[in-house]
Amino acid sequence: MDKSFAVRRRRDLLIAAVLAVLAGLAPLFVKDVYVQNILILTLMYAALSQSWNILSGYCGQISLGHALYFGIGAYTTELLFTKFGVLPWFGMLGGGVLAAIIAMALGYPFFRLRGHYFVIATIVIAEIGLLLFQNWDWAGAALGITIPVRGDSWLKFQFMRSKLPYFYFALALCCLAWFVTWWLEDSKWGFWWRAVKDNPDAAESLGVVVFNSKMGAAAVSAFLVAIGGAFYAQYLAYIDPESVMGFQFSLLMALPAVLGGIGTLWGPVLGAAILIPMTELTRSYIGGSGRGVDLIVYGALIVLISLALPQGLVSLFSRAKAKNHVKGATR
Amino acid sequence: MTALLETRGVWQRFGGLVANSDVSILVGRGEIVGLIGPNGAGKSTLFNLIAGVLPPTQGSIWFDGEDVTRMPAAERCQRGVGRTFQVVKSFETMTVIDNVIVGALVRTTVMREARRKAHEVLEFTGLAARADVLASDLVPAEKRRLEVARALATEPKLLLLDEVLTGLTPTEAQTGVALVRKVRDAGITVLMVEHVMEIVMPLVDRAIVLDLGKVLVEGKPADVVRDPKVISAYLGDRHAVSA
Repeated sequence: MDKSFAVRRRRDLLIAAVLAVLAGLAPLFVKDVYVQNILILTLMYAALSQSWNILSGYCGQISLGHALYFGIGAYTTELLFTKFGVLPWFGMLGGGVLAAIIAMALGYPFFRLRGHYFVIATIVIAEIGLLLFQNWDWAGAALGITIPVRGDSWLKFQFMRSKLPYFYFALALCCLAWFVTWWLEDSKWGFWWRAVKDNPDAAESLGVVVFNSKMGAAAVSAFLVAIGGAFYAQYLAYIDPESVMGFQFSLLMALPAVLGGIGTLWGPVLGAAILIPMTELTRSYIGGSGRGVDLIVYGALIVLISLALPQGLVSLFSRAKAKNHVKGATR
Repeated sequence: MTALLETRGVWQRFGGLVANSDVSILVGRGEIVGLIGPNGAGKSTLFNLIAGVLPPTQGSIWFDGEDVTRMPAAERCQRGVGRTFQVVKSFETMTVIDNVIVGALVRTTVMREARRKAHEVLEFTGLAARADVLASDLVPAEKRRLEVARALATEPKLLLLDEVLTGLTPTEAQTGVALVRKVRDAGITVLMVEHVMEIVMPLVDRAIVLDLGKVLVEGKPADVVRDPKVISAYLGDRHAVSA
């Protein structure tokens, strides 16, 4: 039994490596800038959703306010860069650390809330953050910040001629978020989180410090999401509160995980691979002026999935596996 | 024999309701002690106080020579208090082995070690064949067993069993009894709350009877069952007189 478990872990790692290499080769075949953009966004949302999944999927603390950490990553990086000339790489780390600290500071009061009340608190806090940035003159208020781009530079992490560097960064971030999840899944933290999600009282009786494990999950999750925010800001070369802290980001982090399978290793990647291209395509072909149609389409998809496959798309794979298992057992 | 667990004058009030009044009990090392009493006697409350779910309104609780009155449940588990729940609280989305690993992780952070320990405990509790099954797929008797397994994986000095034998078929209950004996033989002290007298009495070394939040009688099982006060608490005064 131990063996089959180790085998499964190694197989997951192998599949991830193969997928990462395949994804890395994609630009050889995809020259179209529009498609490249979709790939970059897909990888970014896969990474974000994977990070969201740590707190909300594994630890079970559903957050619909992760846009706050995304925005903090973006703003920290660009404020440090435009005001103090700090390179985006340091800003990115700084933003990650700041987001982790804020996540824990917010967790201190809010992790005492259970269920719906916690979700409501996360939405409210993210909206407050958005309002603060819209009115904070030093940070550009509602006008935002334009990042001065002076040609291609890895040092400043900005590129005008090609999207490829962004593509590879997004891929690396996605791999990082996946690997962190993979690694934590088979650690004390991973087990503590799942126990906290399933039954906090029982977890407490088994020595799990419930509050600390929620804090740990929040910190890791916020840190990775803020790195994503910093990346997005560099990619757009322009940020304003609505475009890095809007509620849609909170949704777009949650939905891929929900679609693919919440609290699973592969769910967020799978969900993002389906959802994000679909969103972008519907937006450009049907959406046109309004921002509504794409939301309607994947809203409908989520409803369908939650009715037909409440465990997400990955459950299709485990179902097939379970059937094989039964066959194997009866033989 | 030094006491492993001691409650000193413990009171617990919920608003106007007094669930425990001035409860002082001793549990010695290596004992199996039964905590019995009619419904509403305050057994579960006392259990929760000992496990650290909530602090008592008044009085103190001592475990292994240390005052643990204000210590949270997780910390008491680290000190060696393991428990099961009257209403089973399995981690439903996790497999049986993973449920037990959560317990084992109190003593080690090395996953390989925790997994080995979990397998050992599943072997001990007779759940080894069900290791890879989801906890939600277990039958009720197995879920009770899993509660015990999980608690044992924390390597407790004192195991609190909250009605683990209640609601089982006679055969299941007999295997449960055998398991409790095995646990004691492994050097773990057991304090168990139970309703079913005919199963508990042959099992325990000592019985403590609670009634209306107070310790009514305590002593050897054989003496306790004949005590008129106990009979009247369970069946009413009329029966006590005729006994």
